[in-house]
Amino acid sequence: MIQVKNLIKVFGTKVAVDDVSFSVEKGEVLGFLGPNGAGKSTTMRMVTGYFRPTSGSVSICGIDMLEEPELAKQRLGYLPENAPLYSDMTVASFLGFCAELRGMHGAARTRAIDRVLDLCFLDSVRNQSVDTLSKGYRHRTCFAQSIIHDPDVLILDEPTDGLDPNQKHEVRSMIKRMGKDKAIIFSTHILEEVEAACSRAIIIDRGKVVADGTPESLKKLVPGANSLDEVFRIITNPDTAVKKAA
Amino acid sequence: MSNRAIQNTLAVFKREFLAYFNSPVFYVIVVIFLLATNGFTFFFSRLLDSDDVSLATRFFVWHPWIYTVLAPAVGMRLWSEEHRLGTIELLMTMPVSPWQAILGKFFAASVIWLIALALTFPIVGTVAYLGDPDSGPIISGYVASYLYAMTCLAVTSAISAFTRSQVVCFIISVAFCLVIALIGDPGLTQTVVNAVPNGMEGVVQFISFFSFMDHFFEMTKGIFVLRDVLYFVSVIVVALLVTDLGLRSKRA
Repeated sequence: MIQVKNLIKVFGTKVAVDDVSFSVEKGEVLGFLGPNGAGKSTTMRMVTGYFRPTSGSVSICGIDMLEEPELAKQRLGYLPENAPLYSDMTVASFLGFCAELRGMHGAARTRAIDRVLDLCFLDSVRNQSVDTLSKGYRHRTCFAQSIIHDPDVLILDEPTDGLDPNQKHEVRSMIKRMGKDKAIIFSTHILEEVEAACSRAIIIDRGKVVADGTPESLKKLVPGANSLDEVFRIITNPDTAVKKAA
Repeated sequence: MSNRAIQNTLAVFKREFLAYFNSPVFYVIVVIFLLATNGFTFFFSRLLDSDDVSLATRFFVWHPWIYTVLAPAVGMRLWSEEHRLGTIELLMTMPVSPWQAILGKFFAASVIWLIALALTFPIVGTVAYLGDPDSGPIISGYVASYLYAMTCLAVTSAISAFTRSQVVCFIISVAFCLVIALIGDPGLTQTVVNAVPNGMEGVVQFISFFSFMDHFFEMTKGIFVLRDVLYFVSVIVVALLVTDLGLRSKRA
């Protein structure tokens, strides 16, 4: 469903993403791990068609993102980092706007709004201004926007960032549930989340993919490591790796 | 344009248009605009003291200066706000082409001005009551005034695409609109011509050729020339192209 080939992104002289390739099939939930500044968000922004890659290709459901951006974008839902929202709108009118841009009008639009309001537990704030929402509600509103058209591909940039433990659990189980018939990529810093929700994980460091596999197989990557946490620390920090080798 | 393209443009237009009413911006701007146009017409141009009720020299003449300040105030939120809130990332990952978004937003701001300008209608009633004005110059004056406003809005749209700060966008846009309003001024042009070394007069004359004012005054006099309309339309098109360029550069 998602095909990423030799993706490279250069900002000025800095190589933010360096030859990243991976693919995600239907029914897979891919966890995207890496330290801050490793190139996770930049990669996701290229996959969603926001950034133009310096080179490489992205295809969504077989549609090339660079050649037919509008068609490809129609097939995916995206939750950007920090869940941006139009602050002058209400929750329902914001979702209505997004539905219209997704090509839903009239009754289909109303149905889509009601569906995601229900799915994301937003019914109690449907007519509240986005500006007055708490962080958890804001996040869920933006999340609702990403699934309003029931896309085949979901890309979520830190979907659990800033949520309380209950909400985190909710979002995680939602991702897991939807993962059955979609292709999902989500980035996170929380490693238990990967074990709880992902069928596969990629660790990215300094723009390069340094590990790709199931959470179990990643654990076996470093002999003697007990947790994913430890694996992460060792493979994303070359200095320690060198010291250990020596 | 396909059906879908029109629907997308309309969706962006509707959101942007309603956003003006959800904030005090629209009301503040309209009130100031009406106070300014009427104030200048009655107190500075002393419309009531003269025997001549031509709107061109007493009413429309002030519009470019008012637009120089007020049009950027309306246009500054167009893209700066998207950059600041981060919603640009949402908008640009929707199945919407940048052009649909640019046009939707630009038309929203333009219709806001259409409403503001339409609310100056009592002045037409006033001159019609006082005398017997030609309707031609009034109509072409309004068209000229509206085109001028749209041009300032398009320029502001272009500048807002490059910055996330509405204040920066406002100041640069006002400065820019002021410069294009001033460069055609005959007095100013003459002063500059006198100041520059020999042989450079042509350059100064050439630059003053790009003035908005000449085209504006030609039209307010009631001389409706396609050339002047095309002038404003082409500046608008260029400004919207620059908007697209700005959005691209942010996503590069």
